[in-house]
Amino acid sequence: MDKNRKVHQFKNPVLNWIEFRLPIISYFKKEYGDYPMPKNCNYFWSFGALATITLVTMIVSGIFLAMNYTPHTDLAFDSVERIMRDVNYGWLMRYIHSNGAAFFFIIVYIHIVRAMYFGSYKYPRELNWILGVFIFLLMMATSFLGYTLPWGQMSYWGATVITNLFSAIPFIGEGLKTWLLGDYNVGNATLNRFFALHYVLPFVIFGVVGLHVAAVHVHGSNNPDGIDIKTNNDSVNFFPYMLIKDTVAMCAFGVAISAVIFFGPNLMAEVDNYIPADPLVTPAHIVPNWYLAPFYAILRAVPDKLGGVLLMFGAIVILFVLPWLDRSKVRSCNYRPIYKWFMMGFFVNFFALGYVGMLPAEGLYLLIARVGLLYYFGFFFIITPFVGWIEKPSKLPLSISDVYAKNIAPNIGGGEKGIPSPAMQKDTNL
Amino acid sequence: MAKKPNNKRRDFLQLSTVTLGAVGTAAFIWPFLKSMSPAEDTLAAGSTEVDISAIEEGQSITIKWRGKPVFIKKRTKDEIDAAKMVQASDLRDPQDDADRVQKEEWLVLVGVCTHLGCVPLGQKVSDMKGEYDGWYCPCHGSHYDTSGRIRKGPAPKNLDVPPYTFLNDNTIKIG
Repeated sequence: MDKNRKVHQFKNPVLNWIEFRLPIISYFKKEYGDYPMPKNCNYFWSFGALATITLVTMIVSGIFLAMNYTPHTDLAFDSVERIMRDVNYGWLMRYIHSNGAAFFFIIVYIHIVRAMYFGSYKYPRELNWILGVFIFLLMMATSFLGYTLPWGQMSYWGATVITNLFSAIPFIGEGLKTWLLGDYNVGNATLNRFFALHYVLPFVIFGVVGLHVAAVHVHGSNNPDGIDIKTNNDSVNFFPYMLIKDTVAMCAFGVAISAVIFFGPNLMAEVDNYIPADPLVTPAHIVPNWYLAPFYAILRAVPDKLGGVLLMFGAIVILFVLPWLDRSKVRSCNYRPIYKWFMMGFFVNFFALGYVGMLPAEGLYLLIARVGLLYYFGFFFIITPFVGWIEKPSKLPLSISDVYAKNIAPNIGGGEKGIPSPAMQKDTNL
Repeated sequence: MAKKPNNKRRDFLQLSTVTLGAVGTAAFIWPFLKSMSPAEDTLAAGSTEVDISAIEEGQSITIKWRGKPVFIKKRTKDEIDAAKMVQASDLRDPQDDADRVQKEEWLVLVGVCTHLGCVPLGQKVSDMKGEYDGWYCPCHGSHYDTSGRIRKGPAPKNLDVPPYTFLNDNTIKIG
């Protein structure tokens, strides 16, 4: 061991005893206490914290649901109904879990929109973005597995349709599908393994979230102006400033999700999932969960089985390489007069794809889905590289405190001559 | 410093150890992967015998075989003629009607759409039967004809014909 290691000294001897053996106290102080946040960060920067809180809520409510759930084709549907009717507060656990999943996606979509608009995926945060896309993929897999568990009609047929996507792969597709299902069609073997995987994947997500947060802490958070922290004057400490701000965001989020849980718990649920699964009857209209609908719209927009499947998965995989498709050095779209509008168009287009993904794939809806598909891929392959090349960005501000002094709080200072930022003040010891 | 021959010996030992370790790990993973394949009792789910004496001409019944729906249809003269008229070479999955039936009035199909696995409509009188008067899949709009062949929509293949035998005039054994 390194005899010269400098052990951080605290006033509390118990903390010193722990710190000497495992320097976890100083780690938390560094990463969540003194961690400098750009002081111009707006509430968009609270969605990472909200997503973490939601993940924990999902894991906790899920564990308690699992205590009363039975993963068997004959019993699953009834065990969920028992949770709803007989288990104490079972209805609350289930509505927290089902609506929590939807809100998790709302939060993560806003988090992704934030990262795209303000260019958080660019150098030096590319790996952070890749880990984020990976989390998004894991979330989609987990929510799909979880949606199968209540064993209603939508559960069964959603599972059938999605697992059949794999049968589109040439040569090995059918075998792969059978291997994934453990049967020739969705059955008890499938339900059992889906439950096992639905239980374990959130912990995998939790691990990747840990890497995702550790990665962002290396170079620090991006900010609405997309410029780096240059002096202490540009930042505030995470504690207490960001923690308090995130708490305000959490309160607002709590109000929103409570309103849905208590007053409209089935707003985002499909009626057909309250009919027990029947392998002999397909519902007239299979609908995915709304948060997967944009990708489902892409699948259906292509009149070829393999082509549809490839483009649907391609729509997610393309996100991984976004940092290399965008050649512009300017991060924030606030300083990109042309790309900004294409970016907003991308968000609107994604929303439109989701809308038609919930409707039958015919007539005008199919046309919208096809136009949306073209824009989706065109945005990544043509617009993003091309605009980065021709666009002349607006002049970037000199520093964060400069923006702050001019626009946000011209009267209370900041900038070179203003009051010192709290980050410059003497560290408070624990 | 070790001499050259010794280094060679060391390289060999390292390489063979790592190789053996890798093979061992792969051998260890295999049972776990294989355990996810259909179990023996699932494979043994076997065959089903169906009494078809009560099926009227033009009527179709759905039975369950290995967890999947199987359609057994007694076709009308018109339906048989419509199925025979088609040139196989014009089809996406070319197949003559004669290759899909043993007795031409009896059509036996696995009732699972070859696109993404939904059960096509067309078994009930009131169902939509699609543009070719056979079956229509509501999920993504595939149309099948009176021989269960794909005619329009995203499905790549005709509806499967399961293995079956006529035990006598009134009984079919599927599987």
